[in-house]
Amino acid sequence: MNTICIMCPMGCGLTIERVGDEIKVSGNTCKRGEVYGQAEFTHPTRTVTTLVRLEGGGVASCKTALPVPKERISEVVAAIGKLTLSDDAKIGDRLTVGDGEFVFEIVITGTPSSC
Amino acid sequence: MLRYDVVVIGGGPAGMAAAIAACDSGAKTLILERDVRLGGILNQCIHQGFGLHYFKEEMTGPEYAERFRKEVKKRDITVMTEAMALSLGADRTVTALSPDTGLVKVQAGAIVLAMGCRERTAGAIALPGTRPAGIYTAGMAQKLCNIDGYLVGKEVVILGSGDIGLIMARRMTTEGAKVKLVLELMPYSSGLKRNIVQCLDDYGIPIKYSHTITRVVGNPRVEGLYYAPVGADRKPVLSEEQYVSCDALLLSVGLIPENDLLNGLDVKMSAVTNGATVDENRMTSLEGVFSCGNVLHVHDLVDNVSEEAEIAGRAAARYSKGELPAGDSVSVSACDGVRYALPQRVNLGDGKVRLYFRVDNVYKDARLVVESGGNRLVGKKFQVLAPGEMGSVEIDRSAICGDVTVRLER
Repeated sequence: MNTICIMCPMGCGLTIERVGDEIKVSGNTCKRGEVYGQAEFTHPTRTVTTLVRLEGGGVASCKTALPVPKERISEVVAAIGKLTLSDDAKIGDRLTVGDGEFVFEIVITGTPSSC
Repeated sequence: MLRYDVVVIGGGPAGMAAAIAACDSGAKTLILERDVRLGGILNQCIHQGFGLHYFKEEMTGPEYAERFRKEVKKRDITVMTEAMALSLGADRTVTALSPDTGLVKVQAGAIVLAMGCRERTAGAIALPGTRPAGIYTAGMAQKLCNIDGYLVGKEVVILGSGDIGLIMARRMTTEGAKVKLVLELMPYSSGLKRNIVQCLDDYGIPIKYSHTITRVVGNPRVEGLYYAPVGADRKPVLSEEQYVSCDALLLSVGLIPENDLLNGLDVKMSAVTNGATVDENRMTSLEGVFSCGNVLHVHDLVDNVSEEAEIAGRAAARYSKGELPAGDSVSVSACDGVRYALPQRVNLGDGKVRLYFRVDNVYKDARLVVESGGNRLVGKKFQVLAPGEMGSVEIDRSAICGDVTVRLER
């Protein structure tokens, strides 16, 4: 498959193919591109950024602590949408979201009071 | 009258980095910021992708801003928020207004302009059709969404494929809106390639290149719009007009450096960047006035803004102490596929200087050439060069033997 690497603004064009047991990535100019290419070929993931409600009515921004499977992005956003955090949430706060078999961690990235 | 060695106008990424660098160079420094807090546009850019170059770590906009806010706080830098710089004098006085201080006049040893840019609006591009509610610049929609928590529409069309437009296509989709179409006048995107992939392709959002809006309809709210392909002259082919319904239209059609403060001052401007022309210290043609970040030229990466602002901040501190000697300089100009190169002037001396440039079209396997007085200083091959991605090369100042030109060789 052919794709464009999203790991940095260079946007290298990647060619990814299975050679025997190996997944070979070419066109990348760094190690991150190789890791990304292999993940894109086997199981694409993305870091999701969205908003979380605050008690006082405002919103804080957050991201998933790790990239999540691409096909679960809408589940991730829906689960974060059910949360309400206290107004003293701070940048860097971490919390675990979800239940059962799908659990992920989010990090608060911005709050109205961070200044 | 207040007195500071360095006054930085604007407390976004450029202003914060400039102030930190000025303070670290021993200058008594003031930041004037018109918002309620430092951080500028980074505060609303909640997506990932910042800092990989500068911090060697990928983070979101608010996190990048927070890093710099913390560094500002650690230092003896005066920050005035909700402070609007009203005017600037050639004698380096700044008149500002804030709720805390009322009208104040500040005498600066040196000034760093870091006001950023604003978005082109429906009026600026003479958008045809009615003027209903529901038309936003992409950055405005981003602020309403990410800071205030409002989604501006459910069925969205985006005109222009600048990075903010692409980022907002994904953002609106994530929050439950349907982004039906992205229209781009040019045959290529003005945004980063990776944003086409991760913001449009990931969500199956179609983009039509060489297309534009022919008419917006709806009253009092936008109901839809007509669009058409454009010919080689970039005029729409009306016989191929199509309709798409929508309740919001986002515009991502360019950014304008916000240089209104310079009106009436003798500062040489560039007609290409819409910013001041500067030397390698980022000093404008008005002595002691420096410029950096998006008010100087529109950047695609904040990491580059931070680096540029540090150059300006350090140089401003040196100027305020009388340690920045004026000397002979050569001009830097761009031609043959290069839209502009910056700085536009380089003072003669030693050491290396990095030249930033932008090309005017998509070029494959092109060589960027820097020449001075008939000598080739740099000949660097690039696999791909695109207008949406700023490039840079380093030159040796001691090798300069005349005016410098930056051009493409194919």
